Amino acid sequence: MNPAMKILFNYFIFPGFLFSASVGLIAGWLDRKISARLQWRKGPPWHQNFTDIIKLLGKETIVPEGARLTFLAAPYLGLLSLVLCATVLGNALFLSGQSFRGDLIVVLYLLVIPAIALIIGASSAANPLASIGVSREMKLLLGYELPFIISLITVVIKSGGVIKLEDILSHQAGFGSNIFSLSGAIAFVVAVLCLQAKLGFVPFDMAEADQEIMGGTLIEYSGLPLAIFKLTKALLLVTGPLFVITLFLGKDIGPLFLLLKFAMLLVIAILIKNTNPRLRIEQALKFFWGPVTVLALLGLIFASLGW
Amino acid sequence: MDFRLKALTKSIWIFHASVGSCNNCDIETLDCFTPRFDLERFGIQLIGSLRHADVLLITGAMNRKAVVRMKRLYEQAPKPCLVVACGTCACSQHMFKESYNVREPLDKILPVDLYIPGCPPKPEAIISGVIKLLNKVKRGK
Repeated sequence: MNPAMKILFNYFIFPGFLFSASVGLIAGWLDRKISARLQWRKGPPWHQNFTDIIKLLGKETIVPEGARLTFLAAPYLGLLSLVLCATVLGNALFLSGQSFRGDLIVVLYLLVIPAIALIIGASSAANPLASIGVSREMKLLLGYELPFIISLITVVIKSGGVIKLEDILSHQAGFGSNIFSLSGAIAFVVAVLCLQAKLGFVPFDMAEADQEIMGGTLIEYSGLPLAIFKLTKALLLVTGPLFVITLFLGKDIGPLFLLLKFAMLLVIAILIKNTNPRLRIEQALKFFWGPVTVLALLGLIFASLGW
Repeated sequence: MDFRLKALTKSIWIFHASVGSCNNCDIETLDCFTPRFDLERFGIQLIGSLRHADVLLITGAMNRKAVVRMKRLYEQAPKPCLVVACGTCACSQHMFKESYNVREPLDKILPVDLYIPGCPPKPEAIISGVIKLLNKVKRGK
């Protein structure tokens, strides 16, 4: 296979779009099923999220009056950049020798873009409830990015200053997973809390609160753009946990262990989601900039002391 | 059968609009999503925004102020969008037939696809109505 074909294959099929989207939609089903079982219900069949996407493709797309061009362009921006992120991450995790220097930072940046795409799209929708959602999403983004980056720096310090995902993985293969040290465990807790906000799961879902602001950022979307946002969300449900696994649980990454770790992170997120009420935005911001950042800094200090 | 139509029957998102009801129909509708009945088994979900809706579920007698809003809501929904009249008030005005405040029944205003009578209809009646609606869609509306 020539290199161009290989890149396209990586982007569209194996670690990229097709693979990640399928796994993500099934993970989304797992979320709905476990939530249903926790509420003593039966829950939907496994193909439910695929059906939802296909149905949305067949619906009418409405562009509200006064909406700008970015209303339709933003979903694609979010999806394409997240697919790129899944590809870079998957190359480091599944295929050897594909990682490049600095891809940790590339992944970090690409993980932010879906939230920015949502902000751009919703703010050009000309809807007051959408702008409330946008303002909340923006504040939440500012809130969780700070402790998330600090916990990332902790990992970089622990693995001896490398910013290449494969080196982080090989360091953990040699010295044991990062989570089994004091600073690593603290950074892991911080990263899981930030992941919860990144996924938009319940204590931090104020930007899309269905009951309160009727879908918030997604309120004006219908048909194809909504399907793309749902796909982006599904991809995030794969990329986020995989990134945390790469950083903190990177010792055994054979298929079986990877699946178990992925399921574990997912179940943690779903349990937090089902046992907590929604926070107000200023509570969430206080939470992330207060205790979580202090915890992350503590982890950073411990890591530089070598614990 | 068109596979998009098939996907539609397997994943129906409901927007619940109450136009002057006594809230009994609303409570019974919400009961369908509780553990005993659990309509999410069939992919049926209550959603917040009208733009995501496949079904507009209307409860209550259509009072004069609601008529304008309801028409606007129907126009805002992405097509194909089905309209369900839930409860006797929405079906046939019930005891508000002679009321000064209720001018015309719902089906004179919107194209209603399904009537679920009852005051309030039981969750079982609502579920059986939904099945009839699905069969209607499958036969090709």
